[in-house]
Amino acid sequence: MLLISCPYCGPRDEHEFAYGHEAHIARPTLEQQQTMSDAEWADYLFMRKNPKGVHFERWVHSRGCRQWFNVARHTVTHEIVKVYKMGEPAPKLEQK
Amino acid sequence: MKQNYSIFSLVRNALSYHQGWQEAWRSPAPKPEYDVIIIGGGGHGLATAYYLAKEHGITNVAVVEKGWIGGGNTGRNTTIVRSNYLWDESAHLYEHSLKLFEGLSQDLNYNVMFSQRGLMNLAHTQHDMQALRRRVYAIQLNGIDSEILTPEQIKEMVPILDCSSKARYPIMGASLQRRGGVARHDAVAWGFARKADERGVDILQNTEVTGFKIVGGVVKGVETTRGFIGGKKVGIVVAGHSGVMAGLAGFRLPVESHPLQALVSEPIKPILNTVVMSPQVHVYVSQSDKGELVLGAGIDAYTSYAQVGSPFIIENQLNALTDLFPCFGRLRMLRQWGGIVDTCPDASPIIGKTPVENLFINCGWGTGGFKATPGSGNVFAHTIARGEPHQLAQPFALERFTTGYLIDEHGAAGVAH
Repeated sequence: MLLISCPYCGPRDEHEFAYGHEAHIARPTLEQQQTMSDAEWADYLFMRKNPKGVHFERWVHSRGCRQWFNVARHTVTHEIVKVYKMGEPAPKLEQK
Repeated sequence: MKQNYSIFSLVRNALSYHQGWQEAWRSPAPKPEYDVIIIGGGGHGLATAYYLAKEHGITNVAVVEKGWIGGGNTGRNTTIVRSNYLWDESAHLYEHSLKLFEGLSQDLNYNVMFSQRGLMNLAHTQHDMQALRRRVYAIQLNGIDSEILTPEQIKEMVPILDCSSKARYPIMGASLQRRGGVARHDAVAWGFARKADERGVDILQNTEVTGFKIVGGVVKGVETTRGFIGGKKVGIVVAGHSGVMAGLAGFRLPVESHPLQALVSEPIKPILNTVVMSPQVHVYVSQSDKGELVLGAGIDAYTSYAQVGSPFIIENQLNALTDLFPCFGRLRMLRQWGGIVDTCPDASPIIGKTPVENLFINCGWGTGGFKATPGSGNVFAHTIARGEPHQLAQPFALERFTTGYLIDEHGAAGVAH
């Protein structure tokens, strides 16, 4: 069970949140879309990092303030390394 | 040559206090080079090696396993076998596997305890019933057995199921695949290992792959914790760790790894003689030959490699169980575990070539890989041996994410495992 610190409400039980999968996947701009190949679309739509280690991911406090935010979480220890707001860049972390 | 397992060998060995049994497979030192290296000694990997040797005459094969064989998801599932899938592509693939299961104990000379006790999918709403009818008719059109049961028929088959109108989730009907059932998961791995070994396949346990040697876009072998092993062809069959292996080989996959939890109750007298699934209330349960109830449900939402999940997922499935079967309310659970499943966006597996020449992958079975073990190994062995996909595997190539030809099996695969 995860204890997730919502940046707006503080630490809450995992129950209150919903998972939003990998963060920082930028939607191609209209300009890029004009020239994108099927393979590039597949990469954007389907391919995922799925790392064994720290994963940058989105969560939403769906049964609370309903705000989206980003979490850096280790996928083996489940340790939450950092919580940061939407729009902020992925933090640079020391390799563990 | 291996001794045949039979009633006579059992009696003979009993007379010598079971001291005379042969080892079921060797633990050889790795050779410098193999024709085919299979990464992953789970059921699918061992089945691949077996069918490579049996059907394609390729016996210079190594199965490289980082732990012990069958110690991953093969030993961590709920052992259900069925082929009641909606789309033609999946129906044919899983039916191929189910047919192999039907002759597997004889083929392997190993009792995999395949018990075709029937498999029931419950419907609780009008919309469940509509979806269920659509699926049953589609399955029947593919020539696979499937039928619709009325609540009265369900009550007759499973009297302990709460079919009353007072039930929290009233039961309106069910689909039944009589040829579905359960098999002994460990025995499937051990049986394939033993027969593959007999045909000359080297099973290398405690050997972890740490990298690939790729020259000019062609794979030449694998780096392992026991040194470099050359391979003309390499197959990746590592389930939850597929993304890690793909990363080492330098390509991306559309899979995410999640924990899938299951649990087993204390053993009780025979009470449930079929497999009951409820996709809506979300639990599936059968009774093992030892008398334990084996049950499971859905994955944890987050990605993980930890082989544990969150306890509330278990609470949810136990709530579902006691809603359907009030009499299980006071049953104690004996043990619980998690396995790491690799899920695809369309809940269908990936079988075929990779961007690296002579490197093949078989992954993305998600929550329902056990039932496909022999079929998956069979079509993957063909794909590796010929260098071209098996007819049944062709629709499941990695390219489908580029062409858009997805096989959306969330209705059939995303729920019941």
